[in-house]
Order: sequence, then C-alpha cells, then structure tokens
Amino acid sequence: MAGGQERILRGRIRSMQATKKITRAMELIAASRIVKAQQRVQAAVPYSERITEVVKDLAASGGNTNSPLLAGRDEIKTTCYVVLTADRGLCGGYNAGAQRAAEGEIKADVLAGKGYEIIPVGRKAESYFRFRGYNMGRSFGGFSDNPGYADAKEIGQHVIELYTSGQVDRVELVYTRFISAGSQEVVLRPLVPLSKDTVAGGDGRPAGAGEGASSSYEFEPESDAIFDALLPRYVEARMYAALLNAAASEHAFRQRAMKSATDNADDLIRNLSIIMNRARQDSITTEIMEIVSGAEALGSGDQMDTWMVDLDLGTGFDQRSVRL
Amino acid sequence: MSTNHLTVEVVSPERLVYSGEATMVITRTIRGGEVAFLPGHAPFLGALEENHTRVFLVGGQVEDLAVHGGFVEVSNNTVSILSDNAELGSTIDVERARLAKERAEERLRHEHDAEVASALGRAHARLTAAGVSL
Repeated sequence: MAGGQERILRGRIRSMQATKKITRAMELIAASRIVKAQQRVQAAVPYSERITEVVKDLAASGGNTNSPLLAGRDEIKTTCYVVLTADRGLCGGYNAGAQRAAEGEIKADVLAGKGYEIIPVGRKAESYFRFRGYNMGRSFGGFSDNPGYADAKEIGQHVIELYTSGQVDRVELVYTRFISAGSQEVVLRPLVPLSKDTVAGGDGRPAGAGEGASSSYEFEPESDAIFDALLPRYVEARMYAALLNAAASEHAFRQRAMKSATDNADDLIRNLSIIMNRARQDSITTEIMEIVSGAEALGSGDQMDTWMVDLDLGTGFDQRSVRL
Repeated sequence: MSTNHLTVEVVSPERLVYSGEATMVITRTIRGGEVAFLPGHAPFLGALEENHTRVFLVGGQVEDLAVHGGFVEVSNNTVSILSDNAELGSTIDVERARLAKERAEERLRHEHDAEVASALGRAHARLTAAGVSL
C-alpha cells in the first residue's frame, strides 16, 4: 500500500530533523568556543613574547651557554613526533590532516633508515597510530578542546626528558595552526633542540630586532642556572601555544563540519518532504479512484446523478463529504 | 616613557595577571634573597622563588601578589615577571591557603619531602600576599 511508504518517509524525515537539531547545536557550541579559544591564544601571547625576549637577551649576553637543549646533535637517528589532534571526531578533516602530515614524515624517515617515535596528543591520534601499528611512546589526551598550561607542562617535561636521556635526537611538533576562523593549516615545527633560528622564528611574531642593544645584564643566580631553568619553560610555552592553536582549530573545523551537516540535513528534509507529499497525493488519488469505480459498479447506470460518499482521506484531512 | 616610573607586567602563560606603573617592586630571587627594583635599575635577570611580591604603585597603594616561581627581567625601566602561576593578593582564598599550610606543616613534621616543602612555600607566599601575618 502507498500509505506504508508515506509512513516510512515520515519517520525518516523525523529522524533527519532530530539529527539536524544535534548538528545545529554542535555547530553553535563550536562557534561560541572558537571565540573563547581565540581569546586564550591571545592571552598566551604576552607570556610567550616575554619569554622569547628573555631567552634572546640571555643568549645574547650570557653567550657561553652549552645547555643540552640548545646543542643540536650531529647525527639524527631518532625523531620524535608530537602529533596534536582532537579527542573526538565529528570535526571534518581536522584529525586526518595532522595525522597524514605526521605519517608522511615518518614514512620518509623509515625509508631513510631512521627511527621515530610518536607522542600522540588527543585520543584520535592515539587510536589512529595504534591501529596502524606505529611505534608509539607515551600518549596524552583528554584535554584537546580546552588545554591548560599544566597539560603543556607535562608534555614538555616528558619530551625534554626523552631528548636529554638520548632516546630521541630531535622533537618535531605537528599541529594545526589557527590563522583565522576561516583558515587553518597543518604545520610541522621543530621543538627540541632549540636552535638560534628556532628562537627567532617561534610561534609569536619575530621579536623587535636589536632594540636597546643587548646590554650587559646582572644575573641572580648566575646566567647558566637561569638558562637551565628558563629553557624548559620556553619549550613548555611553545607547547602551550601549539595546544591552544590546535584547540582553536579544532573548534573551527568542527563548526564548519557541523554547519555543512546541518545544511545537508536541510536538503535531505526538503527532498524527502517532496517525495512524501507526492506519495500522499498518489495514495489519495488511488483511494478516490477506487471509491468512484466502486460506486459506479454499484449503481445500475440509470441513476448516475448524486451519490454522497464518505471518504477517509487519512491524516491531514477531516472526514469530509465529497460530491461526485 | 617617564624615567621615574617602572612599567610592571606580571604574566603567566595563561594570561596577563597584572600590569601597571610603579615606583618600586620587591620580589625574591633564588639564593639572592629579596631584591627591590627602583626606576633606573640596571638590566637584571633573575630566577624567582615562591614569594610575596610587592608592587608599590605610583598612586601610593601597594599591590600584593603571590608569585610561584618564574623569572624577572628588568630593562629600560620595565619589570617583567614571568611566572607559571601568579595570583593577586585580593583573589587569594585565605582559608584554603591556611589549610594547605597546616597540612604541609603536619606532613613535614614526619618526613622531608621536596614537594610538600614547595607546597608550604606556596601557602606561605599566598598567605603573606593576602595580608595574613604568619
């Protein structure tokens, strides 16, 4: 019966509407979080600018620093990739972008006969690389949409530990940089060791060059001790900036993905409604045809004038008399 | 920039905690003890202990802050304090700090633990910054 099809379509439309409500809510939530995440990125700028300046000043006037974090290794045997993704899906190509970038680098390393280790940050990266049997180190997760400095600190310390203990010879950071709400890009940035140009080309803008001619500083305690304490903080600050960028990007991706899901649901609902209306019209027409032909069969032909017939035209219509 | 004022900025990774104009800043460096900066101070870089930092504002008031470690850089009459964690005295939960202090003291009576000692240091810095006499 045609009425059955109508009911099925009605059910599909209803479920589509429920889905649309969910995606719409997620879109709005993501949109409001982008703003907050952006503010957090902004709020972290003064600290990272200052600490970059201090590192520069110290490097310029301290000079004789031979901190392990500054000295690059001659031979790079093992590279550590810190891959920043989300904890959850439903954010379009966000996770895939960072994962693919990291995977490409790793394949190149493997081809060149070098070792690698992945530090996945965010549950999606962890399951992705675990499923594919990659060589993974410690993983972090559970804070991708709202990272705190403590999280950055934990990752930073772990990475520094890996580097200073000699397990890895350099650390690269793969994350999605937030440029604006409309554009984000996956970037690969060296994190450890810090080279002179790492310090110069960090996440912040390039610092005001040569302002006030790096004057001779007084140190308390001596410069080496400060340097040793400062560099880990610097790594953590960069880690934090990357986490914040990644979180803002995640929300932007999710908003876009959910917006297109909502639009798509709208389209589907419109199409299904048209099909449903047509099906309903068809069934009504068929019913009328049946009744008319039934009436004709009953009438012996001589009294063709007026028949009052009650029609039940189903939902949307009252019981109504039709004059045939 | 006026030469008899210091521009003070206290920043933590998550936000700018405080900024203002001051006539003097007192803080405490590792192994150096308390140090006061006046306008015209020579360029200075120091690592900080957990401490109660006082910023003497131009208007005569004093801004108290609990600074939990970090660095101070002084140059061109600008004092920047970079700290993992810094709090304004007015925002400190005195009751909580007092409890933390008692807990830490209690534990330190039995065993020496660097973590507990630094928790005690934090509680001290908080309490003095909140204007509680110990």
